[in-house]
Amino acid sequence: MAEMKPHISIKGEELFEIAHFPVTNSVLTTSLVVVGFLFIASYYFTQVKKNKRSLGFYAINELLTMIHGLMEGVLHNKIKMFFGLLGSFFFFILLNNWSGLIPGVGTILWKVQEHGETHMIPLFRGGTADLNTTFALAAVSVFTAQFFGFKYLGAVVHLGKYFNFKDPVMLFVGILELILEAARILSFAFRLFGNIFAGEVLLTIVPFLLPVYLSFISAPMYFMEIFVGLVQALVFVILSTIFINMATSHDH
Amino acid sequence: MDAESMRLLGTALAIGLGAIGPGLAIGLIGSRAMEALGRNPEAEAPIRTTMILAAAFAESVAIFALVVALIIKFV
Repeated sequence: MAEMKPHISIKGEELFEIAHFPVTNSVLTTSLVVVGFLFIASYYFTQVKKNKRSLGFYAINELLTMIHGLMEGVLHNKIKMFFGLLGSFFFFILLNNWSGLIPGVGTILWKVQEHGETHMIPLFRGGTADLNTTFALAAVSVFTAQFFGFKYLGAVVHLGKYFNFKDPVMLFVGILELILEAARILSFAFRLFGNIFAGEVLLTIVPFLLPVYLSFISAPMYFMEIFVGLVQALVFVILSTIFINMATSHDH
Repeated sequence: MDAESMRLLGTALAIGLGAIGPGLAIGLIGSRAMEALGRNPEAEAPIRTTMILAAAFAESVAIFALVVALIIKFV
């Protein structure tokens, strides 16, 4: 029992290389989740055409309707333009958050050679528990808001929000808002990453501390992680919606 | 005081002190939400949604502190 420590790594470890592109364990898991989602989407699509539809179809439909209703309350009639992106965000983040909880993710190990010594690293790792994924999602969200701000308002009005030459106070506030946009990327990325990664660390450490016959104590934490995965996906999408709405509407 | 002890101390302080503010904030958000709900029980759905949204904002500050603590410990 001397050197047994739980394996916690803050970054995804590289499994192999495909043409000098390092494939990490989180890239592998995300690819599998996307393939799984394609199956769910094709199932939904075949069920739409039938007359008697199954229960799974109505469950997915209800979820989509709730998300659509939530966003329509904020965006009103711009929802047609943005629901493709925001709905995809929701399902991508939700499935990747929950993929870290599937039994086997994080525990199935793989032997890898690194400069002559062999490590055992987890073969799968939840997609959003890697800062690269969440940073990419946050960057896409913020750049989408900026791009559609330019498109809906025109360049002059949109840049006029940040470079406001009426008086020095408003100029300073405009510069601050610009910095706030950049900080928004970091905030989105770290919120999602921190929640999911901390959940993974919790679910690794708590069974490590308990004897085997008491490990049912980690069951409430498992349910809380399911809930946190759902809430964080929802929060990401609602915040993206609000910022897109703010960027594309004539306010102030 | 060698580096290893300071690292452990830094981890504990980062998350310990970093959770004070968000804890208070989420408590205040919940209490004001319940007050608003008591005044106007018909507006339950918007109050509930806005409360969860505001609580997620406040919690993200605690998560930033947790990420710093994890980076100190494991990197």
